[in-house]
Amino acid sequence: MSLNESKPILEARNTEVERGGTTILHVPSLLIRKGEILALIGPNGAGKTTLLQALSYLLKPFQGEIFFKGEKVNSNHSIFEYRRKLAMVFQEPLLFDTTVFENVASGLKIRGMRRTEIRRRVMEQLDRFGISHLSNRSARTLSGGEAQRTSLARAFAIEPEVLLLDEPFASLDPPTRDSLIEDLEHILQQTRTTVIFATHDRSEALRLSDRMAVMNEGKIFQIGSPEEVMNHPIDEFVASFVGVETILSGRVIKKYSGTFLASVLGQEIEVVGDVHLGETVVLCIRPENVTLSTSIFKEATSARNMFMGKILKIIPLGLYQKVQLDCGFPLVAYVTNHSLEELSLTEGREVKASFKATAVTVVRRGES
Amino acid sequence: MDLILEGIKKAFWLLVTLDPEVMGITLLSLQVSGAATLISLLIGISIGVMVALSRFTGKKIVVSLINTGMGLPPVVVGLFVTIFLWRNGPFGILGLLYTPTAMIIAQTVIATPIVMGITLAAIQQLPKKLQLQILSLGATRLQMVWILIKEAKLPLLAAVMAGFGGVISEVGASIMVGGNIKGYSRVLTTATVMETSRGNFDIAIALGIILLLLAYFINLILTQIQQRERPR
Repeated sequence: MSLNESKPILEARNTEVERGGTTILHVPSLLIRKGEILALIGPNGAGKTTLLQALSYLLKPFQGEIFFKGEKVNSNHSIFEYRRKLAMVFQEPLLFDTTVFENVASGLKIRGMRRTEIRRRVMEQLDRFGISHLSNRSARTLSGGEAQRTSLARAFAIEPEVLLLDEPFASLDPPTRDSLIEDLEHILQQTRTTVIFATHDRSEALRLSDRMAVMNEGKIFQIGSPEEVMNHPIDEFVASFVGVETILSGRVIKKYSGTFLASVLGQEIEVVGDVHLGETVVLCIRPENVTLSTSIFKEATSARNMFMGKILKIIPLGLYQKVQLDCGFPLVAYVTNHSLEELSLTEGREVKASFKATAVTVVRRGES
Repeated sequence: MDLILEGIKKAFWLLVTLDPEVMGITLLSLQVSGAATLISLLIGISIGVMVALSRFTGKKIVVSLINTGMGLPPVVVGLFVTIFLWRNGPFGILGLLYTPTAMIIAQTVIATPIVMGITLAAIQQLPKKLQLQILSLGATRLQMVWILIKEAKLPLLAAVMAGFGGVISEVGASIMVGGNIKGYSRVLTTATVMETSRGNFDIAIALGIILLLLAYFINLILTQIQQRERPR
């Protein structure tokens, strides 16, 4: 997805929200580029909804400044004008007690658009979201998926410059959710709308977003492309949230050029990085990067780390399985069902686990 | 027993021939209570919506005051309106005592808290995020309030019916401030009291039947509203 490299479409500075004496959101700086899809991920209570509401000026009072296309949004008039360029979709469809057509038209009626133009736009959106056949149905009779499509169509009808979604798929059952995410993906590719969406489901974020911001306790811990954030989490919280299953604490005992050796529970792990001798480090290893082998011969391989370990537990996760190992330190690997069968991996079996030095991320902790 | 049967026979005769006095009383009832309901609608819905949507210290007290007002005894209302309109009272100069206008005032005071209270509950029952959703679609505050009222139109209609039902059948305040003057401030309820005390059961029964029909009519509408309201 190509991005407009010029000025950011939205910039938020020193955004702070207080409630009951405590600061529940503090984001010093956030820039959104035109046409990008930014995902805010984090656990419940992380501040994602608060940030969305602050960005759309639905929440007040709050401190901070918002710049839309380079211009500051401050007076009541400009706030209102700014808000008219946005649209927000919530977890609940929040439809009005009327037909699907009237619901999708509501944003346009609010803007005093002509009836003929409204009709054209509404039909376009109903088509896009595959709900034309529901045009005259009462909103009360819709299923969860149909209602959420109507809510999205309603938002798209006003052709917003920025679309904000607050966990829009969270209330849907998996097949409905998958179908809607797929449709939304295509629609966003067509419209190139700038989107900021909040979710606690990292696979959604991975699928749809150009950039991910991991939030917790009202702050953004890390922001970057999904690859960056998933493979190079900056701390343990981000690591565990994005699905790093092995997080180990160790001490640097030897330095080489470009790599170092860390002592973890008696084992030595070689890691790419630049650290100081004696430093304590926290290491993250993604389970997809761990390979298991039952061969007893020493192989010529580029993987610097090879350990014998016992399989403690195998947990099926649908398309693959999670294997928990004890190699002197706890290690988690993902293995396909196929490989599991081929290698006859069972609980209690001894296997060889290997991973590259480049597959280990260092979250530097402190001096010893 | 004869008394009753005679009374019912004559009552039907009065109704079927559209006896002018009975019709006049009915018309005045509808005018007075209709006007009172209309005014209480305007005041009640606007304040009810305002209170429902705002956040302020003392909101709980205001809400319980409104709810208490819903159960205000009509005779007490009659008492205070009488005092206010009494010749030497604060508004005595307007000479409104024992006029239909006074009755409208009293009935408005009775109906307004009812409309206010039900409106408050109806708006508060709407999904909390609906307000945000409407604003995020680009509505001005005024547009938002209007859309919320439309969303709550069924319970609001019930509020209006409840208000009207409360005052059309009210007798205490209406007698006290209206005076039950023939052809001027005599309404269904006050006339029934008078005719009954005089033993004119035919007229009293006729008026009673009309009141019953009105009560039934209101109830019919309320039931239709209830049946149409299904949870979303």
